Amino acid sequence: MLGGFCDVRVICQDDPLTTDARRGLALISPTAVYVLLLLAAPLAAVVTFSFWTQDFLTIDRTLTLANYREAFSDPIYSTLMVRSLIISGVVTIVTVVLAFPIAYFVSFYVDPARKALWIFLITIPFWTSYLLRVFLWKVILGFNGVLNSGLLSIGLIDEPITFILYNANAVVITLAHAFAPFTILPIYVALEKIDRSLLEASQDLGESKFTTFFRVTLPLAMPGVIAATLIVFIPTIGDYVTPRLVGGPDGLMISNMIQTQFLKLNNAPMGATLAVLAMCAVTAISLVFVFLNRRYLR
Amino acid sequence: MRGGWLRIYAVAYLVFLYLPVVLLPLFAFNKGTVMAFPLKGFTTEWFVQLAGIEALHGALLNSIFIAVVTASLSVILGICAARASTRYSFPFKAPIMGAIMVPLVLPEIIVAVSLLVVVVQVFDLPLSAWTVIAGHTLICTPFAIAILSSSFQGLDQSLEEAAIDLGETRWGAFRSIILPLVSPGIVASFLICFTISLDEFIIAFFLTGAEPTLPVYIWSQLRFPTKIPAVMALGTLMLVASLIILTVAEYYRRRGVARVGGKDSGGFL
Repeated sequence: MLGGFCDVRVICQDDPLTTDARRGLALISPTAVYVLLLLAAPLAAVVTFSFWTQDFLTIDRTLTLANYREAFSDPIYSTLMVRSLIISGVVTIVTVVLAFPIAYFVSFYVDPARKALWIFLITIPFWTSYLLRVFLWKVILGFNGVLNSGLLSIGLIDEPITFILYNANAVVITLAHAFAPFTILPIYVALEKIDRSLLEASQDLGESKFTTFFRVTLPLAMPGVIAATLIVFIPTIGDYVTPRLVGGPDGLMISNMIQTQFLKLNNAPMGATLAVLAMCAVTAISLVFVFLNRRYLR
Repeated sequence: MRGGWLRIYAVAYLVFLYLPVVLLPLFAFNKGTVMAFPLKGFTTEWFVQLAGIEALHGALLNSIFIAVVTASLSVILGICAARASTRYSFPFKAPIMGAIMVPLVLPEIIVAVSLLVVVVQVFDLPLSAWTVIAGHTLICTPFAIAILSSSFQGLDQSLEEAAIDLGETRWGAFRSIILPLVSPGIVASFLICFTISLDEFIIAFFLTGAEPTLPVYIWSQLRFPTKIPAVMALGTLMLVASLIILTVAEYYRRRGVARVGGKDSGGFL
């Protein structure tokens, strides 16, 4: 065995793959094959379906752009798509802007021994059932809800405020809450990596605390901010629970339509088309965003 | 005090984060059936009610079965990928690892829809617990890889080489040297995957068969105002269970980091 191990290396020298490479490929293959069969192939099936059409109970397998034509011409689809992208964008901005100071606080002001505790505190709420968290926001924001009864009882308002439930605002608040840890953690990790002596150097060279933040800290934290932005923006478009529970008719998003097409209207090709379009839109916006920020990513 | 305004903001933000979580047990023990203040007094009636709902017990067992199988599969697939990526260099490593981690950022509805199309439309198979497991394994594996990678990363490669030099086979060295060293990471990633699968709704709703999972059952109950207090009680129990599981997972994760001699960087992800 001992000798065999060395011999393999010698024999393999004129082989394009080294022993290490072959072992690595063999080891990763179960996971890679799983992803290939259960993600790549199904995604390809969705794209194929989007070019087919539903003909009552059967599927017409002639390739056509009919679904795409319908998706672009019927105002209901374009309204939902534009609204979804706007809501996702606003949620992303709100979540990242609210989360940054927290990540900054934990990284720069919390005693190193207690940082893990703060991170733990931040992640705990997210192990409550996701459905119930969304539902509880409905309870908080409702006409007779926690927020309104609280504000009424301390006399801040005279009658219940209604602009915070069953519309896009409610969707933004709820999603900003749902994605909080996913934004705080990457920004925190980026801030932790910053060499503190750089900040001292900046101040020694005459920058104020304020300008140091904008000229040194923020640019160095940008990789974390970019990661956080993508981690929020991309999945948000696929959420149909929050719009359904707190969005009301004007807060519904494209995912609700995808769900309806698949599960209620039994029109898988149209659902597939909308899914493909949503994916393309999100990917395109993400790529433009990363491209615009490319100088921070080296 | 350091931080000043930032500290006040941080506390306010924590209140925002904990607001729904605090309300959950509050309404679970509330006598009234309406979800509003003022509270109507203390009761454990809703918890007692839970014991008598048979549909719920079925959903719970179904969810636990799915979560256990999902976590086992994810950990096995995770070990393969984490070990391969930390120990070996091979061609197309970055794109392969990238593809495996994609479900982490892919909208869940896309995973759900694509599996639904393949199972129902292409193969015309019935939906069952196994279709949910297929979807959950896809989204849990990246989490398992993230946790396991940090366990494998810190390993001293000379330990394994020493074992091989002393006559162990590769598999023997892996089993008797590497596996014990990364076992805390394995336990931690198993528990995290279990918890994620148990709580996952978006994929389960599309792929579940005749027997609902626990979140799908909860979704069906949210429409009925009279059922809400019992759902709150159920949510409270699930929260307590998750916290216990996560505390155990965190304990094992830290032990794992300590075992390979690393420095604790705190928290999952």
